[in-house]
Amino acid sequence: MDKNPMDLKIAVKGIDKVYNDGKKSAFKAIDNVSLNVYKNEFVCIVGPSGCGKSTMLRMMAGLDFPTKGIITIDGKKIIGPGDDRGMVFQTYTLFPWLRVEDNIKFGLKLQKFTKAEQEEITYKYLRIIGLEKFAKCYPKELSGGMKQRVAIARALANNPEVLLMDEPFGALDLFTKSQMQLLMRDIWQKEKTTVIFITHDIEEAVFLGTKVYVMTPSPGRIHAEIDIDLPENRDLDLKDTPEFIKIRRSINEMLHPDSNKLK
Amino acid sequence: MQRKVLLRRPMKRVNYAIIAIIAFALVLGLWTFASQSGAVNSTFLPSPTEVVSKFFASINDGSLGENTAISIYRITMGFLLATVLGVPIGILCSCFRTMSALCAPLCQFIRYMPVPAFVPLLMVWMGIGEFSKIMIVFIGTFFQMVLMIIDDANSVSDDLLAAGYTLGASNTVTIFKVLIPAMAPKMMQTLRMMIGWAWTYLVVAELVAANTGLGYSILKAQRFLKTDAIFMGILVIGLLGLITDCLFNILIKKLFPWEEGGKNG
Repeated sequence: MDKNPMDLKIAVKGIDKVYNDGKKSAFKAIDNVSLNVYKNEFVCIVGPSGCGKSTMLRMMAGLDFPTKGIITIDGKKIIGPGDDRGMVFQTYTLFPWLRVEDNIKFGLKLQKFTKAEQEEITYKYLRIIGLEKFAKCYPKELSGGMKQRVAIARALANNPEVLLMDEPFGALDLFTKSQMQLLMRDIWQKEKTTVIFITHDIEEAVFLGTKVYVMTPSPGRIHAEIDIDLPENRDLDLKDTPEFIKIRRSINEMLHPDSNKLK
Repeated sequence: MQRKVLLRRPMKRVNYAIIAIIAFALVLGLWTFASQSGAVNSTFLPSPTEVVSKFFASINDGSLGENTAISIYRITMGFLLATVLGVPIGILCSCFRTMSALCAPLCQFIRYMPVPAFVPLLMVWMGIGEFSKIMIVFIGTFFQMVLMIIDDANSVSDDLLAAGYTLGASNTVTIFKVLIPAMAPKMMQTLRMMIGWAWTYLVVAELVAANTGLGYSILKAQRFLKTDAIFMGILVIGLLGLITDCLFNILIKKLFPWEEGGKNG
């Protein structure tokens, strides 16, 4: 992928995040992290729990702020959340009092689309996630995987510049998880949305990403930036190919150098 | 081998209702026995039939309707006032720490003050007009309500609010379109509980400083040792409380069909 500086979407420059700053209990969660996300990239940030990857994403969303450094989108400093950065959470965040279609329309209504436009966009994304039949259901009637699919549709319907995903498949069973990974690849190839995807699952990161940032904990740092040189069209068989396994193992080696030894 | 009985086992609705009816019948039976057998002087314990006939007599002479109407008026006004002020303040306290610091500790303190002790003070300030009774109901419920509404609002997850934000909602939109709908079922349960308390404080107010109302009718009956009228007054208040509670319950079920998880009872 060419990296024209004009295509730079999100730039993280020298971020520190310190909790309880200035107190005895001060704790540095993120230490001098810099990273660049270009247009149309599918960037995965992988790391063990406690490495600050979720905090990183929340700061990109504008839900939290760095202690030091700056984060920009299209060159403008991020000062709070906005509809240019859609987000999908690990917890189920569909609005339980709204039917599936009204969940997807939530952002569209705020953007003042006409009724007809709302309807058209909503059904386009319901079709993409394959849940047209469930348009009139309340979230409580959906399974965990279906809820996350609607959450993805709701975020995409807003047509964000960047889609931020915080371990969205972390609570799903293995089969549903791989189905969702296929769906995500499919959506990304069709829509070419810029995606930043947080996960602790190395396989997931390699399978989904065009680029993977490896983070290590205490304090959270970027350990490596890896361009994933795998074909555009990906199916689950790819996970068994030598090329895939090689990348996966090299990341595993970085995160857990002694993983073969029993502690 | 018989299966073990585990905690919180479900039960058929019919069986639940039958047991509930038996409980009522049991109390009524004990009461009838105690009054009929002559074990207790009938001046102190009227029989159920005497209470029922007193009930119809009071309906016929119009006193019951009048007293009930004025009591309902007082409780409604006091409770509405507490709700109209308490709910927004509680929500704002949950949203803004400054607001919380301003109100929550103060409410914590005042709610431990004995409400009946405010009665003489309010009489000095406001006389024995309607407003002083309304204020007693208000004082009894408002401070508690603010604290409970804060809890209800806090129970809405940060991620749900964040979802609203990342879909483009401002603070105001997030409060009205995310926080309030999300907390609404809990809030209604809170109001349902508070109105029960409101009845207690209403009677406190009417016992001390009134010449109308259900509480006053109980006090008046005591002066003439009319225990049947006392019993009737207490039962009518209990019944009114039960009716309000049922109405709230029906309203909650109607308003929130989307709510997850069913509740027993």
